[in-house]
Amino acid sequence: MAELKRTPLYEEHKAAKAKLIDFGGWEMPVQYSGVIEEHQAVRKNAGLFDVSHMGEIDVQGKDALSFVQRIITNDASKLEDGKILYSPMCYPDGGIVDDLLVYQHTPEHFLLVVNASNTAKDFSWILEQVDNFQVTVENISDQYAQLALQGPQAEKILQGLTNVDLSALKYYTFCYGEVDDIRCLISRTGYTGEDGFEIYASSQSARQLWRRILEVGSAKGIQPIGLGARDTLRFEARLPLYGNELGENITPLEAGLGIFVKLDKSDFIGRDVLLKQKEQGVPRKLVGLEMIGRGIARSHYPLQKNGEEIGFVTSGSYSPTLDKNIALGLIRTDLAVLGETVDVVIRGKAVQAKIIPSLFYKRS
Amino acid sequence: MNPVELKYNKEHEYAKTEGNIVTFGITDHAQESLGDVVFVELPEVGDRVTAGESYGTVESVKAVSDITASVSGKVVEVNTLVIDSPELLNSDPYGDGWLIKVEAENLSPLDTLMTAAEYEEFVAEEEH
Repeated sequence: MAELKRTPLYEEHKAAKAKLIDFGGWEMPVQYSGVIEEHQAVRKNAGLFDVSHMGEIDVQGKDALSFVQRIITNDASKLEDGKILYSPMCYPDGGIVDDLLVYQHTPEHFLLVVNASNTAKDFSWILEQVDNFQVTVENISDQYAQLALQGPQAEKILQGLTNVDLSALKYYTFCYGEVDDIRCLISRTGYTGEDGFEIYASSQSARQLWRRILEVGSAKGIQPIGLGARDTLRFEARLPLYGNELGENITPLEAGLGIFVKLDKSDFIGRDVLLKQKEQGVPRKLVGLEMIGRGIARSHYPLQKNGEEIGFVTSGSYSPTLDKNIALGLIRTDLAVLGETVDVVIRGKAVQAKIIPSLFYKRS
Repeated sequence: MNPVELKYNKEHEYAKTEGNIVTFGITDHAQESLGDVVFVELPEVGDRVTAGESYGTVESVKAVSDITASVSGKVVEVNTLVIDSPELLNSDPYGDGWLIKVEAENLSPLDTLMTAAEYEEFVAEEEH
């Protein structure tokens, strides 16, 4: 077995007695105090996540904007310096290479933040698309640590460590600034359904940053959060996960990401297929499910209607916020009707579930 | 600590014997590694379970785990408390977090199980 990669915060996780797991080749904390407690800490107060495993790809050059436009489905021409865009990135057949955040430094310099387990694949895919574009593409993932500070107390906690006026930093924008005298890129983004920040800093400064944020946040109930709660938090807020809701055999339209597919912008990879799918209607649709029978729907369990297979569960879990067993499922569009029931096949047994709106949680 | 009067299997479950009635549950180590238990599926009173075979599942937020019978026999009691409050498996695995009671047809499969001391050694080795 290949040696697992470790983030600059590995020793901090060990010292905190976190339970560590192999996540896409990375030795990452799955939980510290417990998934449910951590989940609720983020919903009520604040949580700090080590997401240094995420990939960072730098795109620079005269054609940077048109190149980014070519490889993503969303419209990067709407960006301004200091703004961020979420977008799927597709194959020519409309399947998803990855979903990513696009940071615009200038129209000639972008930072793409991609999923940890897809970084190598994305980097080589992006390189292959360079062709005649005047751009240089660099995988700078190893240079950066990334911390996510999420929850209703996130702004207050971070403000205690920086002179940057965070109240002026709007959702999906970023700036550079000092956090505890460490040079950081501060981004008002997240993957939990709560307000919060993603903070990029050099690998060398990661431990100081981690400790200081936890110190300053302790009076406001901050906790370190593992990947377990990261998954339940993003799932309740219907934020898709690559490998679950997204994949090379699923299009962004099927995954409910149509608003991030701008068919009327300049040509981009996957456009033809997505345009056709939009005109003809998607064959499958992502729906929310609430278990009626006893059981928890898990990722990849089959979904049936009257004994016939109609799709599969993409993510499923006990929801700590709702105290219910819920799931997201990709099913035949004609059967994706709110209030209708489907069967989740759990260890060979059909268990009934009801189709419900898929945005399970929205912060008030 | 794992109670000395119980026997343990390699799936991190315990068996407690009173006459020919055997109570099944999961160990403290099992609940610790599973994390927050949120769902328990158990057989019904009157069902028959078979030694070495799965009789239900315990699910945490992240993991699904089969539970294995230590002896064969008829289920005489099911802990309905854990159905509604699965967190009892975390807070009190050897007490209120027990799972089912079985009227054993034969107690001899218990001879192959580990004592508390052997089990602790087994856990230490597994973690190594």
